Amino acid sequence: MDMMPPSSFDRGGPAQPLLIARDLRKHFKVKGGAPGAVVRAVDGVSFTLFKGETLGIVGESGCGKSTLARLLLHLIQPDEGELVFDGDTVAEVRGISVNALRRQVQMVFQDSYSSLNPRMPVQDSVAFGPYVHGKSRSAARQAARDILVKVGLNPDLFGPRYPHELSGGQKQRVNIARALAIEPRMVILDEAVSALDKSVEAQVLNLLRALKANFNLTYLFISHDLNVVRYISDRVLVMYLGSVVELGPVDEIFSRPLHPYTTALLGSRPSMDPANRIEEPPITGDPPSPIDPPSGCRFRTRCPHAEPVCAAKPPVLGEWHDRTSHVAACHLHDPASGHSMARATVGAA
Amino acid sequence: MDGGMKLAPNLVEVEDLTVRFVTREATVHAVNGVTFSVRPGEVLCILGESGSGKSVTLRALMRLLPPRRTKITGRMQVDGQDILSLDRGALRRLRGGLVSMIFQEPMTALDPVYTIGTQIIETICKHKGISRSAARARALELLELVKIPSAAQRLDNYPHELSGGLRQRAMIAMALSCDPRLLLADEPTTALDATVQIQVLILLRKLQRELGMGTIFVTHDLGVASEIADRIAVMYAGRIVEEGPVADVLRAPLHPYTQGLMASTVHGQARDQDIDAIPGSPPDLRRLPAGCSFAPRCRYATPECRASIPEPRSPEPGRMARCIRVEAAVHSFA
Amino acid sequence: MASSAVMTQETAPPEEPVVQALKVRGYWASVAYRLRYDPMTVAFGTIVLLIILAAIFAPMIAPFDPYKESIIGRLKPFGWRGHLLGTDELGRDMLSRLIYGARISLLMGVVPVVIATVIGGSLGVIGGFAGKRVNTAIMRTMDVFYAFPSVLLAVAIAGAMGGGIGNGMLALALVFTPAMCRVAETATAQVKNLDFVEAARATGAGTLTILRFHILGNVLGPVFIYASSLVSVGILLASGLSFLGLGVRPPVADWGLMLSTLRQSIYVNPLICALPGVAIFITSVSFNLVSDGIRAAMDVRM
Repeated sequence: MDMMPPSSFDRGGPAQPLLIARDLRKHFKVKGGAPGAVVRAVDGVSFTLFKGETLGIVGESGCGKSTLARLLLHLIQPDEGELVFDGDTVAEVRGISVNALRRQVQMVFQDSYSSLNPRMPVQDSVAFGPYVHGKSRSAARQAARDILVKVGLNPDLFGPRYPHELSGGQKQRVNIARALAIEPRMVILDEAVSALDKSVEAQVLNLLRALKANFNLTYLFISHDLNVVRYISDRVLVMYLGSVVELGPVDEIFSRPLHPYTTALLGSRPSMDPANRIEEPPITGDPPSPIDPPSGCRFRTRCPHAEPVCAAKPPVLGEWHDRTSHVAACHLHDPASGHSMARATVGAA
Repeated sequence: MDGGMKLAPNLVEVEDLTVRFVTREATVHAVNGVTFSVRPGEVLCILGESGSGKSVTLRALMRLLPPRRTKITGRMQVDGQDILSLDRGALRRLRGGLVSMIFQEPMTALDPVYTIGTQIIETICKHKGISRSAARARALELLELVKIPSAAQRLDNYPHELSGGLRQRAMIAMALSCDPRLLLADEPTTALDATVQIQVLILLRKLQRELGMGTIFVTHDLGVASEIADRIAVMYAGRIVEEGPVADVLRAPLHPYTQGLMASTVHGQARDQDIDAIPGSPPDLRRLPAGCSFAPRCRYATPECRASIPEPRSPEPGRMARCIRVEAAVHSFA
Repeated sequence: MASSAVMTQETAPPEEPVVQALKVRGYWASVAYRLRYDPMTVAFGTIVLLIILAAIFAPMIAPFDPYKESIIGRLKPFGWRGHLLGTDELGRDMLSRLIYGARISLLMGVVPVVIATVIGGSLGVIGGFAGKRVNTAIMRTMDVFYAFPSVLLAVAIAGAMGGGIGNGMLALALVFTPAMCRVAETATAQVKNLDFVEAARATGAGTLTILRFHILGNVLGPVFIYASSLVSVGILLASGLSFLGLGVRPPVADWGLMLSTLRQSIYVNPLICALPGVAIFITSVSFNLVSDGIRAAMDVRM
């Protein structure tokens, strides 16, 4: 790939990140709630997605990961923030339009049932994208058949079927085909394998890896399953209550996590070994509501190391302990934060 | 199962249970000859994927399936009572008394228009016939038992006012309210967040031990099973294909389906390699293959597998697998 | 390489026979299949069909001229001189009048519903899909009509515009439009929030394309079911209007009107007087049950 000259399609060249999100913010009004009450679904999220990588996004329900995915496609308008796609700002004036963005970024949803039109044969659902982008009906149909083959479905056998006649795994293959039919450069996978049975999940993960290699794709892989994220991602972004708490290479995140929340998430995974069961839960309680989140560090209400400073000021997302490209937002690692353990953990890490 | 193991009478005995759903268009063979037992105080995990019949088995034990369209045959005994011959009144006393159940989604099991406290108190009064004030004290005790913070206030909360984890704890409290001897759990932690799931799992394990309840825990998650199970029964297409102590099954699975399931479950596989996935998809329960249901997906399948359903084989005490290769498998592990 | 291994998985030979054994049916084909095995719907569907056929071929099957009066043959019992269902207060053959009456009843039942479906349905889809302000404007206007009881509204409109078939149908159409609009709006709003519509937006499809390909097909089902259940209400209301003298004028054969003119004779020959009512009842119930049957058959979730 390095040998090839940057094609006109790959406008920014290999070094230009495919997507840069800067300080994305989305607050929803609470229906029937107190006046002025908002859900801080995504509250200042920034990250960079490099060409050809898979960025995993993990977090619990209500952390804003699905809202973030929709913001990236402008399916929900962000309140604030900026998106730069391959060097171009996403904006109607002096940049690429939302439509041009959607041609290059596609999404696969979690619920494989509601993400396919129940009244349409699946081949038509797949052909819809190419048709919208100007192909004739027959050409779109042909494109759909080609891509169905690529996702491992025989178009003669499965193409004319309706969604309710397919198994969960087959439907999710159709969804992947639908996303790939307009030849995007980036695919957002929003819990795309979470609803599948384990044996089917493994098949779809293999398929996703193969497709990524075949089509030079960049993935944004959203999941609550840390094991799956570890398998498929190059880098991992951890979200908690609408903000990024840690972002780094997958091995660093899994072997030397910096943020106490990441540590807790990792420690909450079942052991897979009956002889070594988890005796005490790493943290207690449920994630708080994103309406009116805790002041300062949002994790402090469940954090074993919380101190007054954590309530007083929000930690900044920064690089600590000379670990480049691994950032975390925690006072524990900031010598200037005033946290009593800030220094001690440096040695420990 | 073996003679030497019958020290205490089994709490649950299920023999050759079959469940069919008959509709105009087809007959769904949901459970096809399931036999298992649970001793008092033991946790049996039924592990399987969607459509394996694990939840149907559990519901059959409580006679929760719609009677009109369901055909149940076989024998089910809980604490010596024959479940299939119970009349309505006896069934009501059984449910929530001797046996209680917790579900994946507490919102469906809890009534949204009553407070948590009211619902628990009602259950206690109904089954134990004690005064409301005594029942309230017991309800408070239960909420504290399941570690709900500020329990006294939570009694007066409606289900929607609680977070997912607390709601699940409230449901557990309700299930425990009449000191059941058997707890049936249908994926109770699946809908929960990771950090909450492990809390509920550990809580269930502790309660189960302290109260000495026999438990049947249905899950699709190997990790969850490894955290809570004493024994594990792996179901596929309505049959138990493998059964044994959890540590043995996870260390050296006998049945190719169990092996495939373990290889498919992502846990620390090398990132640059494909997962060793089971090809294909589970059979259509309306038209099961003649022989071993797993044969169409099995890499070791022979004509013999496709000819008839393999009999259970027990290569060592306490273990069982329905696979003709079982003896060979034991030798390779020995 | 890796992909080839993946590709073969769903099409692997051992699986194909199993898969192919399953009948591949289109959605409507499976609805038809389900309907065929529903004896209630089949039975009442047959009745509806017979009524429709009777209305169409009335001149051919009616044994007598429905307007031919006879002084001596008034209010005669069933079977009198070949009058299978007797005669009315002017000596006209009841069976023939009932057969002809089906024409007006069906016309009054169906045409207003069609008009309401087109107008109300479109407004509802627009309101449901556009959301926010457009939705508020449309739905609040409809709510104004909703505030009146439908019978009262129909009577008021027909009364204000004067009687006659045309005005009667217009009145009924106006009564049905808000209800139709509401159903279409609800269905649209539900479908609009499903992932596949979001996915279609994510492919860059415009509003009209999404409406055409993804919304309409899913909204038509509920709308059609509701429309078919309105037909029975339409027949009832139309009869009511005629009964009150706000629908068709004598001597046209119409069930509601017949009921009205025969009511004076209720002590002379109650059986005959009850016949138009029976016809209204059977037709209305049949349409209702058929509509219920279709609704059940269309509710496919596997």
